[in-house]
Amino acid sequence: MATETQHLDAHAEEHEHHDAAGTKVFGFWVYLMSDLVIFGSLFAAYAVLMKGTAGGPTGADIFELPLILGGTFALLISSFTFGMGVLAMNANRVGQVKMWLVITFILGLGFLGMELYEFHHLINEGYGPDRSGFLSAFFTLVGTHGLHVTFGMIWILVMLVQLSTKGLTDKTRPRILCLSLFWHFLDIVWICVFSFVYLMGVL
Amino acid sequence: MQRHSLWRRRGTLVLLALCLFLAGCSSALLDPKGQVGAEQRTLILTSFGLMLIVVIPVIAMTMLFGWRYRRSNSVAKYTPDWAHSNLIEAVIWIVPCAIIVVLALLTWKTSHSLDPHKPLESDVEPMEIQAIALDWKWLFVYPEQGIASVNELAFPVDTPVRFRVSSGTVMNAFFIPRLGSQIYAMAGMDNDVHLIANEVGVYPGRSTNYSGAGFSGMTFDAHVTSNEDFDAWVAEVAQSPNTLSYPEGYEALAEQSEFNPVEYFSSVTPEFYERLVSSFHSGTDPNPSHDENRAPAIDSHEARQSLSNEAGE
Amino acid sequence: MFGKLTLEAIPYHEPILLISGIIAILGGAALLGALTYFRKWGWLWHEWFTSIDHKKLGIMYFIVALIMLLRGFADAIMMRTQLAIAAGGSSGILPPDHYDQIFTAHGVIMIFFVAMPMVIGLMNLVVPLQIGARDVAFPFLNNLSFWLFAVSALLVNISLFVGEFATTGWLAYAPLSGIEFSPGVGVDYWIWALQISGVGTTLTGINFFVTIIKMRTKGMTMFRLPIFTWTSLCANVLIIASFPILTATIAMLTLDRYLGMHFFTNDFGGNMMMYVNLIWAWGHPEVYILILPAFGVFSEVIATFARKRLFGYMTMVWATIAITLLSFIVWLHHFFTMGAGANVNAFFGIMTMIIAIPTGVKVFNWLFTMFRGSLELTSPVLWTLGFIITFTIGGMTGVMLAVPAANFVLHNSLFVIAHFHNVIVGGVVFGMMAGLTYWFPKAFGFTLDEKWGKRSFWCWFVGFYVAFMPLYVLSFFGAVRRMNSYPNAEWQPWMILAWVGAVIIALGILCTIIQFVVSIRDRKKNADVTGDPWHGRTLEWSTSSPAPFYNFARLPEVGDIDSFWSQKQRSNEQLEEAPYTDIHMPKNTAAGPIISLFAMIFGFAMVWHIWWLAGFGAIGMLVSFLMRVFNDDIDYYVPAAEVERIERAHQQRVEAQA
Repeated sequence: MATETQHLDAHAEEHEHHDAAGTKVFGFWVYLMSDLVIFGSLFAAYAVLMKGTAGGPTGADIFELPLILGGTFALLISSFTFGMGVLAMNANRVGQVKMWLVITFILGLGFLGMELYEFHHLINEGYGPDRSGFLSAFFTLVGTHGLHVTFGMIWILVMLVQLSTKGLTDKTRPRILCLSLFWHFLDIVWICVFSFVYLMGVL
Repeated sequence: MQRHSLWRRRGTLVLLALCLFLAGCSSALLDPKGQVGAEQRTLILTSFGLMLIVVIPVIAMTMLFGWRYRRSNSVAKYTPDWAHSNLIEAVIWIVPCAIIVVLALLTWKTSHSLDPHKPLESDVEPMEIQAIALDWKWLFVYPEQGIASVNELAFPVDTPVRFRVSSGTVMNAFFIPRLGSQIYAMAGMDNDVHLIANEVGVYPGRSTNYSGAGFSGMTFDAHVTSNEDFDAWVAEVAQSPNTLSYPEGYEALAEQSEFNPVEYFSSVTPEFYERLVSSFHSGTDPNPSHDENRAPAIDSHEARQSLSNEAGE
Repeated sequence: MFGKLTLEAIPYHEPILLISGIIAILGGAALLGALTYFRKWGWLWHEWFTSIDHKKLGIMYFIVALIMLLRGFADAIMMRTQLAIAAGGSSGILPPDHYDQIFTAHGVIMIFFVAMPMVIGLMNLVVPLQIGARDVAFPFLNNLSFWLFAVSALLVNISLFVGEFATTGWLAYAPLSGIEFSPGVGVDYWIWALQISGVGTTLTGINFFVTIIKMRTKGMTMFRLPIFTWTSLCANVLIIASFPILTATIAMLTLDRYLGMHFFTNDFGGNMMMYVNLIWAWGHPEVYILILPAFGVFSEVIATFARKRLFGYMTMVWATIAITLLSFIVWLHHFFTMGAGANVNAFFGIMTMIIAIPTGVKVFNWLFTMFRGSLELTSPVLWTLGFIITFTIGGMTGVMLAVPAANFVLHNSLFVIAHFHNVIVGGVVFGMMAGLTYWFPKAFGFTLDEKWGKRSFWCWFVGFYVAFMPLYVLSFFGAVRRMNSYPNAEWQPWMILAWVGAVIIALGILCTIIQFVVSIRDRKKNADVTGDPWHGRTLEWSTSSPAPFYNFARLPEVGDIDSFWSQKQRSNEQLEEAPYTDIHMPKNTAAGPIISLFAMIFGFAMVWHIWWLAGFGAIGMLVSFLMRVFNDDIDYYVPAAEVERIERAHQQRVEAQA
C-alpha cells in the first residue's frame, strides 16, 4: 500500500515536472517560428525577384483574383472549423472532433484544388516557374505553402485514424492542439501571401 | 588632426617593423603605387595599431595571470569567492567601447572617402576602361580608343581611371593589389571602381573571387606608362589583325580557356560593354543584337538599392 | 533505370581517390567483419544506434566528428602540399578539378561535419546534466537528428568514390553552383548532404531550446544556469532562426538546378547577389553557433581549474545575448566588395566592430577569473590560455577586415583564410579539445592522459602559428584564396613554411589519437570513481561517472550559481536522504536510424536523378515516421529498487576507494 501511493506520488511529480503535453506544444511553437523563417526567406526572395520578369508576364498579367479569393475563403473558413474541432475536443466529444476535422479536410482540399488549377493554367499558358525569376519566386512561395497544406491534410487523416482507434488520450490531445496551431499558422501565412503577392501584384 | 598624425607616426613605425620582417620581399599592400592603395595601407596600419591597444595587454595578462596564479605558486593571493568588481567591469567595457568608437568614426569616414564608386579628384581628365571577366580571362575594352585587349591592361600614370566591371560568366572580382580596391564582376551588373597609379611600372592583377577550374590563370599585367608610351601601346593594339565584334566575336572569345595568352583587338563593336551587360536582362530573346528598347543596364545604384532592400528584411 | 549513374562515375583514373577508396572499403569491411566475428551487432544496435540517451548520442556525435576530422585534415594536407609545390609555373600534383573538390570538401566537412557535431555532441553530453534533467525534451528527435547528420556525413564520403564533390567553394556561390556552370553531380551531393543534416540541426536547435527552457530542475532559474548552458541556449536560438534560411536558400538553388528555375541565374531575372546575401544571413550566425558554446566551455574550464567563481557572471550572460542578437545584422561584411553604397558598407562594418565589444569583455572576464585564482595548469587550461591568445589575434584581424575600405584590399585574400582559421581553430577547435578533455570522465568514467593531452596542445598551438602566420604575410603580397598555382616564386618559401605548420598540427592530431589509446589502456589507473575528478562547480559533477542512464537518482535542487560547489562547501553534514522513486524514462527506438536510412537513399537517388528510388526513399521516410507516430510503447518506469541497486554500487565503489 505504501509503495503503491509512493508510486502514484512519484508519477504525479514526474508528470508535473515534465508537463509532457505543455512541452510538446511549446516545442511545436518553436518549430513554427523556424518554419516562419523559411517563409520569410521565400518572401524576401519574392520581393527581390518581383521585377525580374525577363520580358515575361507580371503579377498583374496573370493573377485571377476571384479564383484566389475563393480559395482564400475556403482556407479562412477551415481555420474556423478547426477551431470548432478543438472546442469539441475540450468538451470530450470525439465524434464532433472527427466531424470538424473532416470538414476542415474538405475545405483544405478545395483550397488545394484552386491552387493546382491556377498552377496548371499558368504552366499551360507558358508561364511556368522556369519562365522568369519572378515566376520562380511566385511558384516557390505559393507552392511551399501548398505543400504545407498538403502535409497538414495528411496529418488530419492520421489524426482521424488515431481518433478512431485510440480516442482522445494524453497522446492524441497534444497532437490535435499542435495540428490546430499548424493549420492556423498556414492561414496566417496565406493571408500574407494573399495580400503581399496577389493584392499588391494586381494593384 | 594631431591624433591623426600621431597614428600615422605609429603606423610608420609598425610599417618599418613589418618591412624588416618581410626582409627583401616586395609586399604589394604595404608598398602601394597609387593614391587609393596608399590610403588603404594607412588605414590597415591604423586599425592594426588601435587594436593592439587591447591585444597586447590581453596577451600579456594571459601569460602573466596564467603563470602568477598557478596552483603551485603559494605566494600569490587566492580569493575563491571574489567574482565582481564595478571598477574592473567599468574599465573592461569602456576601453573596448572607446576603441570601437574611434574605429567606427574612421570606418564611417573612410567608407565614404574610399568608396570605390566615387570618382577621384584630379586635374587630369579621367579615362574609362571596361573590364569583363570571362572563363577564364579578362577582357579589357577601351571605349574611347575603340580597342580591346585580353589579359593585359595599360593606362597612363597619374590619370584617374574608372574601371567599369562586369562579367560574361560567373562572379569574379577585379583586383590590382598595388593600386587598391577590388570590386566584384557580376553578369548583368555594371559595377565600377576608380583607381589611379602614381608610379610607372608593371603591376600584376587578377581575379580574386573563385570562378572555377581556370581561376588560377585569371591573371593579367597592368602596364602603367607615360602618356607617350600609352599612345604607343594603343597604336600597337590598333595594329592587330584581330577585331572584336558583338555578339559573334564575343561568343568565340567567351569559350572556356585557361592561362589565355595576351590578345589584342584593333576594333570593337560600339557599345560592346553595354550590350553585353543588358543581354542578361532579357529572357525572351536570346539574340542580343537588337536590344535598344530594353531596360537600360542595371547600374550600381540599383545594385545598392536591392542590397539595402535585403538589409531591410 | 539508374539515372545519371553509370560505372564511369567511379574514379578509376584518379590514383589518390582510388587508393583512398580501396583503403576505406577494406577498412570498412574489416570493421564489419570484426563486428560480425565478435557478435557485436546486437550490442551496437540495441545499446548505441537506437539509443535515445543524450550522453550516448553525444559520444556518437564526437566519434563521427573525429573520423570526419581526419578526412577534412587529409584534405588540408593535400592543399598545403599542392601550394608548397605549385609555384612559378609548376602545376603541382593536383589538377584544378581535383584541387577544387578538395578545398570545397575541406570547408564543408570541417564546418558541417566536424565543428557542428562536436559542438552539438558536447551540448548533448553536458546540457541535460547541467540543468539537472533526466533527458532532453524530445529524446526520439534527438536520436533522429544524430542519424540525419550521420547519413549526410556518409553521403559526403560516398561522393569521394561515386561521382565527385562540388568544385564551388564551401558556400557554393551561385551562379557558379548553378546547372549552367556546374553540370556535374558535385553540387547535388553538396545540396543533399547539407539539406539532410540541416534538418537534423534545426531539430536539435528546437530540442535543446525547449529542453533548457522547460526541463530545468527545481531552483534552476535562468540566471543560475551554468555559462555553458547559457551559451548553448543562445547557439540554439541562432540555429532556430538561421538554419531555416539555409534550408530555403539551398531549396531555391535545388529548384534552379533541377527544374530550371531562375532564382540565382545570370539571366531570366535571376539575382546571384541574393544568393550571396541569403547564404551569409545564415552563414554569419553559423559561426556564432560554433563559437558561443566554445566560449561556454572555456568559462567552465577556467572557473573549475582556477577553483574560483567565474568573474562577472551577469556580464558574461548579457555579452552572450548581445552577440546573439548582433550576429544577425553583420552578414554583409562578407562581401563589402560587391559594390553596395558607402552608407550600407559603413553600417555593416560598424555593427561588426560592435560585436568585438562584448567579445572583448568576455576575454577580460576569463582573465579576471584567473586573477587571484589557484590555477591548475591541466591540458584543458592550456587549451584555454592558447585560445585567449589565438582568438584575440583572430579578433583583431577580424576587426581589420570589418573596416570596409581596408577590406577592399584584404577580401578574398589569404588574410581572410588566416583570420577565420585564427578564430575557428583557436576558438572552436581549442574549445572542443578543452571540452572533450574536461567532460571525458563524465562520459566514460576515466580521465584522459594528461601527458599526451599537453603534447597535443603544444603541437596544435605551435603548428597553428607556423601554418597560418605565413598566410597573413602572403596576403600582403596579393595571394588569394582558392588558387591552385601561382606564378610568383618568391611566395614559395612562405607556402613551404605553412606546409610545415600543417605537418606539426598533424602531429597534434596523432598525439590525440595516442592519448585515446594510452588513456583506454590506463583506464583503471585513471578511473574517476567519485564522479567529481576536477572538484567541479556545476551539477554534472554531482552524479557518478559515467553518469547513470537516468542522470540523477533524485532530481537535484539548486539555490545558487555553481550550486554543486556551494553544496560541497556547506556540508559535511549528511543530507537528508529521500527514498528512491521510480523514474520515468523513454524507450530506445529504431525509428531514427530507419528514417535516416531512407533519407540517405532519397538523397543519393536525387543526386543521380534516379527518380523511382527517390520516390521509394521519400515514401519510406513517411511510412517509417508514421509507424513511429502510431507506436504508443515509447516509455517505461525504472523501478526504485533498480535505481537503489545502481546507486548503492556506486557508493560502495566510492567508499572502497576512500
